[in-house]
Amino acid sequence: MNYAVIRYILGLVILFEGAFLSLPCIVAMIYREARGIPFFAVMLLCFFVGFLLSHKKPKNMQYYAKEGFAAVALSWILLSFFGCLPFVFNGDIPSFTNAMFEMISGFTTTGASILSDVEVLAKCSLFWRSFSHWIGGMGVLVFILAILPMGGGQNLHLMKAESPGPSVGKLVPKVRQTAKILYGIYCFMTLIEIVLLMFGGLPLFDSMLLSFGSAGTGGFSILNSGLADYSPYIQYTVTVFMILFGVNFNVYYFILIRKFKDAWKFEELKYYLFVIAAAVICITYNIRDLFPTLESSFRHAFFQVGSIITTTGYSSVDFNVWPEFSKVILVMLMFIGACAGSTGGGIKVSRVILMLKTVKKEMYFYIHPRSIRKIKFNQHVVEHEVIRSINIFLITYMMILAFSTLLIALDGFDLITDFTAVVATLNNIGPGLELVGPTSNFGMFSDFSKVVLMFDMLAGRLELFPMLVLISPITWRDTKVFKKIPKYRKDSPGV
Amino acid sequence: MNIIIVGCGKVGRSLVEQLSSENHDISIVDPKAYVVQSMVDMYDVFGIVGNGASYNVLTEVGVEEADLLIAVTNSDELNLLCCLIAKKAGKCATIARVSNPVYFDEINFIKEEMGISMIINPELAAASEMSRILRIPTAMEINSFAKGKVELLKFVLRKSSILNGMKMKEIGERMRGEVLVCAVERQKDVFIPSGDFVLQENDRISIVASPRSASKFFQKIGVQMNPVRNVMIVGGSKTAYYLSKKLLRIGISVKIIDKDFDRCEELSVLLPKAVIIHGNGSDQEVLLEEGLLETDAFVALTNFDEENVFLSLFVKGQTPAKLITKVKRVSYNHIIDGLDLGSLIYPEYITAQYIVQYVRAKQNSIGSNIENLYKIVDGKAEALEFHIEEHAPVIGIPLQILPLRDQILICSINRNGTVKIPTGQDMIQVGDTVIVVTTKTGLHDISDILKKE
Repeated sequence: MNYAVIRYILGLVILFEGAFLSLPCIVAMIYREARGIPFFAVMLLCFFVGFLLSHKKPKNMQYYAKEGFAAVALSWILLSFFGCLPFVFNGDIPSFTNAMFEMISGFTTTGASILSDVEVLAKCSLFWRSFSHWIGGMGVLVFILAILPMGGGQNLHLMKAESPGPSVGKLVPKVRQTAKILYGIYCFMTLIEIVLLMFGGLPLFDSMLLSFGSAGTGGFSILNSGLADYSPYIQYTVTVFMILFGVNFNVYYFILIRKFKDAWKFEELKYYLFVIAAAVICITYNIRDLFPTLESSFRHAFFQVGSIITTTGYSSVDFNVWPEFSKVILVMLMFIGACAGSTGGGIKVSRVILMLKTVKKEMYFYIHPRSIRKIKFNQHVVEHEVIRSINIFLITYMMILAFSTLLIALDGFDLITDFTAVVATLNNIGPGLELVGPTSNFGMFSDFSKVVLMFDMLAGRLELFPMLVLISPITWRDTKVFKKIPKYRKDSPGV
Repeated sequence: MNIIIVGCGKVGRSLVEQLSSENHDISIVDPKAYVVQSMVDMYDVFGIVGNGASYNVLTEVGVEEADLLIAVTNSDELNLLCCLIAKKAGKCATIARVSNPVYFDEINFIKEEMGISMIINPELAAASEMSRILRIPTAMEINSFAKGKVELLKFVLRKSSILNGMKMKEIGERMRGEVLVCAVERQKDVFIPSGDFVLQENDRISIVASPRSASKFFQKIGVQMNPVRNVMIVGGSKTAYYLSKKLLRIGISVKIIDKDFDRCEELSVLLPKAVIIHGNGSDQEVLLEEGLLETDAFVALTNFDEENVFLSLFVKGQTPAKLITKVKRVSYNHIIDGLDLGSLIYPEYITAQYIVQYVRAKQNSIGSNIENLYKIVDGKAEALEFHIEEHAPVIGIPLQILPLRDQILICSINRNGTVKIPTGQDMIQVGDTVIVVTTKTGLHDISDILKKE
């Protein structure tokens, strides 16, 4: 294990967090809030710690997948640790566990809150909460890769560990350029959403925060009522943007370079839109009696479906009181999640499609035992390795889900609460059902359960394995052996 | 530049390694998924699995925006087809690897008619390198510059040499400016020597000289020239064929040992003047019987690196003959270097070097006046050919008072087709081509060699 590289990367991450923390400081200055001072103090602390860790560049910058995984997992934990300190110091969230939960929930774009009243928070705290969604959505390491020239092809290991989806493809040859394009598209779409929301009559501050929440598919809202009190125009706009941010960003890249045909070739996009349409129709029909007009039941169904499938977790209405059929559909959407390569969480539409295709192939095999069939996706043959890794992902996912539910059950709440609490955190959604429904929060859980849920959020955001690699002893065991290997000489041979 | 590399064998890998470190946008194409995967994991490149001659694959990898396509798969025909399709689908320059001797005489026709910018033949390139080494056997490595008018020779300073303990200035006086020591490797360090630099035993010295004065120089410093009159080659590969052809042309007799009877028959038809022996070259008795002890040079050219290395180790113990060992796997170079096996030839690496030189020249033709760039002494130093434009700050100043930066040396001045190894009194003029050797990288203009005020 190359500790020096991990130290260096962590140092960079903390330095960047320091830079991000300057934004809530500015907000505090504009609104003249004394509760902004801790943000300034923590910013200085981040600069100090980050500088200590990163000012000495390691001689050996060679790193492999395990260092990439460990560095990403650790940096997300550190990010949340430093990010939660201002809340503890300025008294908005005095308990450290609660603050950490809130911050992990922010960076992992979950949006699960332990606060019962968000309206009493300082503006700068509100801003920092929502901004963490925006950074967490695309990933802080991807941001660093876009800005700093790190050199070497191994950066893909970092990007792989941080980006959602079964396989990470680059858009262009260089990792740095790819990261830049992704952030460019991300910033552009966020800006458009801010402007459109301002057209709907929202103040700049509110529209920024709502846009951050939907861009990162996070879900922290700034009113206790969620999005229920906003006008239909705002609700529609937010819904459309949530769904847009749940689309694979490669699609936007192809649109950007005017390869519209290639953009439409993404099978995942078609299934994603189909699932949304089907769910909206079913739910609209199911809840038609709860609302005065068909338009409003359609609007709420559309909003909830868009919010849940992209794992955002905004709510325009308390869907906990909806009929069982609608609730089950929503829980199913929680599992499916958004597209690979988007900012959303969940199992991902592409994994679900590939699994369904495997099942179909297996059925075919029962009927024609000697048949040979290859699974195709996006008109390309899918390698057996990819299918295998998806299988393992699903098994691991189910095990974490079951085990976490078991641990949460110690608190003695009902099964639906426990189950949906884990589902909502592991898939980075936010609200679940019953006691953790859209109108309630996670505050009533014990500290132990909160730690379990924090782990679930991080595991869900980083696609399970980085967190497992981090806590697995195998990763750290062969450290001594690594030191003995002499440095690989990359000289060219004498000819 | 935006470069597509088709085929990720040893040449492709070597190319990716060197070009990606020079900040080009590289995309690779290979039919094997695991090869592409491992390349993408290791280098900052974009990978596509597929057949590089397919139009769809090429458009997917972005041939429309590419500046250069390099086809280096194992198949000549596939490489040519790749280049042809890339040419039609995009506007890029193309480089193809073609190694079958059948196409050897037709290569210019193919190149012209198909509009290919460069055709590279690894076996031929390796053979040229070997024949150059055999021509001047004391040298470990020879590079040629300025269209062959200047050569850079590398040799080891043995105990007996009169250069031991000599200062650079004295060498200059004794040799009357015909040669110039431009780089000295001592253990792992590389020096660009100044006037007071003192040479030591076991230094590896690179000198610049014209081909004629080089042999004079060796005579003067008391190094025996050991002219090679006969060569023994083990392994009748394509490289052996090209090498024999070159050697026979300059009157060196050749003996090829190969264990495949059919190949021996083919070679005997192709090379009537060479002696072809059907036998196992790794059998020591066969070698001794065929006159290993009388031979002037021995070339290990079998298809297996291990066999070549062992053969050379054996021959080294038997006779002081000049040794050349072919090694395919570049990655073990530092282990093999330690065995002192004479000259090592890495065909794949040489091929990659040729292509990299082309890429650098193409790159440099934009926005700088570098004509050529060569990596020398194991890539630790660079030799740059600059064309001197008007108003260059170096014109008309005697070299001894020119404020050069450290670790920079002007090695030769090419004026109207004649090459001069400069002394302190010489001046650079407009229209000259100047070769500069340096351990610094990133020089773009002749003014970069001067100290900054």
